[in-house]
Amino acid sequence: MTPGLLRSMLLVFTASIIGSFGAVFLKLGAQKLTKSVFSFLNLKLAFGVALFLGSSVFYALGIRGGQLSVLYPMVSLGYIWTLLWSRLFFNEPFTRQKFLGLGLILLGVFFVGLGSS
Amino acid sequence: MSTSVAAQLAQAEILAARRRSMLLVFACTVLGAAAQILMKIGMARFDPHLMALVTNVPLIAGYVLYGINTLMLVLALREGELSMLYPIIALTYVWVTLLSYVLLHETPNLFKNVGIATIVLGVAVLGRGGRK
Repeated sequence: MTPGLLRSMLLVFTASIIGSFGAVFLKLGAQKLTKSVFSFLNLKLAFGVALFLGSSVFYALGIRGGQLSVLYPMVSLGYIWTLLWSRLFFNEPFTRQKFLGLGLILLGVFFVGLGSS
Repeated sequence: MSTSVAAQLAQAEILAARRRSMLLVFACTVLGAAAQILMKIGMARFDPHLMALVTNVPLIAGYVLYGINTLMLVLALREGELSMLYPIIALTYVWVTLLSYVLLHETPNLFKNVGIATIVLGVAVLGRGGRK
C-alpha cells in the first residue's frame, strides 16, 4: 500500500465520521419540522447540511489519490458511526443483526482493500 | 361489504406507496453512482483556485447530482420501510464499482468483487436488524 493511497483512505475515513454527525443533526432537525415551510430554516438542519458539505470536501480530496473502486466502498464504514450515534443519541438498541451486518461490511471493506494493489 | 372494499383500497394504496418509494430509491442509486464518477473525473483535474473550481464542470455536476440525490433519499426514506430500502441503496456500491471498471478503466479483480458483494449483503442484513 502506497503512502498516497493510505492518505486517501484516511481522508475518506475522516469524511465518513464527519458525515455521520451530519446525519445526526439532520435527524434532530427533521424532528422539529412542521407543516410550515419556515420550519426548514432551523439551526440543527442547517448544521447537518454544513457537516455533509464539509464531509464531501474531505471525501473529494480523498478520491483524488486512488481508485474509486477501492475508495468508494470505504464510505460504508459510515454505518459503524451511524449505529453508534443512533444508540447514543436516539436510544436505538443494538441488535445481533446489526452487529452481523456491520461485521460483513468490515469484512467487505477489508477484501476491497486487498484488491487495491 | 363496503368496509372490505375500503380495506382493499387502503391496502392497494399502501402497496402503491411502497412501490413508489422503492422506485425512487432505485433511481437514487443510479443517480448517486453517476455523481461519484463525475466527482472522480472532476477531482482528476482539481486545482485549488477559484477560476479553476468554477469551471470544473464534472466536479460541479457531480456535487449538484450528489445534493439532489441526498434530498431524494431523505424524502424516500421518510416514506418507506428501511429494511426493504437498505438493500436497494446498497446497489450504489455495485454501480460505482462497475462504472469504475468501464468508464475509469480501473482493474477489476476477485477481491474487489467479493468485497462489494459482502458489503451489499452486510447493508441488507443491517437494514433488517433495524426492523422492529
